[in-house]
Amino acid sequence: MKIIDCPLNGPRNAQEFVCGGEVRQEPSQDAAIDKWADFVFLENNLQGVVHEWWCHVATSYWFIVTRNTATEEIIATRRPDEFFAGLKQTDGTGSE
Amino acid sequence: MPLALLKYGFRRKYKGDKYFPEARPLRDTYDVVIIGGGGHGLACAYYLASDWGIADVAVLEKGWLASGNTARNTAIIRANYLTPAGVLFYEESMRLWRSLAGELGINLMYSERGHLTLAHSDAALRTSRWRAEVNKHLGIDSELVGRDEIAKLCPEINLSEEVRYPVLGALYHPPGAIARHDAVAWGYARGAMHSGIEIHQQTEVTGIKSHVGGSIELETNRGSITAGTVVQAVAGMSSEVARMAGFKLPIRSIPLQACVSEPLKPFLDPIVVSGSLHIYVSQSARGELVMGGATDPYPLYSTRSTLDFSERLMANMLELFPFLENAKVLRQWAGIADMTPDFSPVMGMTPVSKYYIDAGWGTWGFKATPVCGRCMAELAATGKVPDLIRSFELERFGRMEQVGERGAAAVGH
Ligand SMILES: Cc1cc2nc3c(=O)[nH]c(=O)nc-3n(C[C@H](O)[C@H](O)[C@H](O)COP(=O)(O)OP(=O)(O)OC[C@H]3O[C@@H](n4cnc5c(N)ncnc54)[C@H](O)[C@@H]3O)c2cc1C
Repeated sequence: MKIIDCPLNGPRNAQEFVCGGEVRQEPSQDAAIDKWADFVFLENNLQGVVHEWWCHVATSYWFIVTRNTATEEIIATRRPDEFFAGLKQTDGTGSE
Repeated sequence: MPLALLKYGFRRKYKGDKYFPEARPLRDTYDVVIIGGGGHGLACAYYLASDWGIADVAVLEKGWLASGNTARNTAIIRANYLTPAGVLFYEESMRLWRSLAGELGINLMYSERGHLTLAHSDAALRTSRWRAEVNKHLGIDSELVGRDEIAKLCPEINLSEEVRYPVLGALYHPPGAIARHDAVAWGYARGAMHSGIEIHQQTEVTGIKSHVGGSIELETNRGSITAGTVVQAVAGMSSEVARMAGFKLPIRSIPLQACVSEPLKPFLDPIVVSGSLHIYVSQSARGELVMGGATDPYPLYSTRSTLDFSERLMANMLELFPFLENAKVLRQWAGIADMTPDFSPVMGMTPVSKYYIDAGWGTWGFKATPVCGRCMAELAATGKVPDLIRSFELERFGRMEQVGERGAAAVGH
């Protein structure tokens, strides 16, 4: 995994990006504290295919990377609107 | 070779002394099952027998004995942490380290050579001073030293001001040590086996079911096993195994890489760490420089090595030790570190009754092997969380509490 295909900037060296963690649903503002603690601290940390937020640092551009954490393979990079529109058509959790 | 020794080699009848007793067959129930045969799991097994007389115990290891992070770490041992809970815990570990070789009957090559954490900025100096004060308050030998002192302790460091990050001072921790990591695992394993505890290699836990009010059933690649109590100590695989048991952890699995140089003449006494340069280095008894830095930039369950890592590491190494420009790297490797958000471990109870967790050891858990094994054994034996590890319970995150050690553990291990 040396090159990441950024939806805004095209293929760039992986060193130009930072990983922002797995995509997940934010709890509502008035959710109980344990829901928020779960959101802030707990991780799925899955060995396998995950969807994550990544940022191209130089352009501050956030997008979604789908990659395999066992093989270090990048499966897809998508604009957030594209990714979330795709989710609405499936079960909404992002699992494939 | 002395003749007396050679004589044994030619004797037919002399069988020698097998280091480990013969492995026994896997049974289908045990009082205690420990998942993970790394240093932590083996130490827990050892203390279950030696402190509590509990020997109906099996350690299940999916690969070879201590082939995980125990075999991959850079063996730094120190107690100069930032929080009182952390300092007291790691200090107890150092107390155990000092008599461990004698207790286990194996040469651990425990070598106290001093530990220097270099500060290259005002912010780093401030953190060093903070750590020194917390440390001293709790009786730890630790102080802030200036450039003159650094030049005396380690004349090889480049103290020139004509570099990107000139050295301003350092946190000095005289008892900082290194030890032979494999020997630690072997010593604990042999001690445990001599008390009747079984260690099963090539035995992977693949599923976990807990029965209400009673035992826990473990699926393995060699059939199912029933356990009264389970201790999970699987480092990088913590989240995956916890998922089988039905709960989530505040952990990301991220590779941590390290490397060694070819053997060089002994020149480096202390262990040297620099947070700003993202490096740490010590010289082994063989003369190899053992080097590493911060974790990889993203989570991954693969122990591949990258050129990015060695390239960046060496650029920074050369800033501190320019004379190494022709030294060669001999080996490079990685382990999967179980990183927590506060750089402190997770030890104690879980949502599953009689299923205890020992995880979140990230890049800093080797030094804790003795104390952690001992506390986890006490927990498994008594069902009560020892005071020394109470602050590190999984529940802390539910209360939005953290034991913040980032300033003392992000690079320094
Ligand atoms: C490069 C590197 C440098 C480090 N440097 C330092 C240092 O200088 N100082 C320090 O204090 N710490 C350091 N650490 C951290 C330290 O190595 C670890 O925190 C510590 O070794 C963890 O010990 P353990 O026994 O919990 O894990 P491990 O030794 O990894 O043991 C866990 C075992 O569980 C087994 N396992 C996993 N899943 C299963 C399953 N499903 N069923 C059965 N078995 C399973 C694995 O095969 C493995 O053998 C470093 C780590 C790395 C990677």
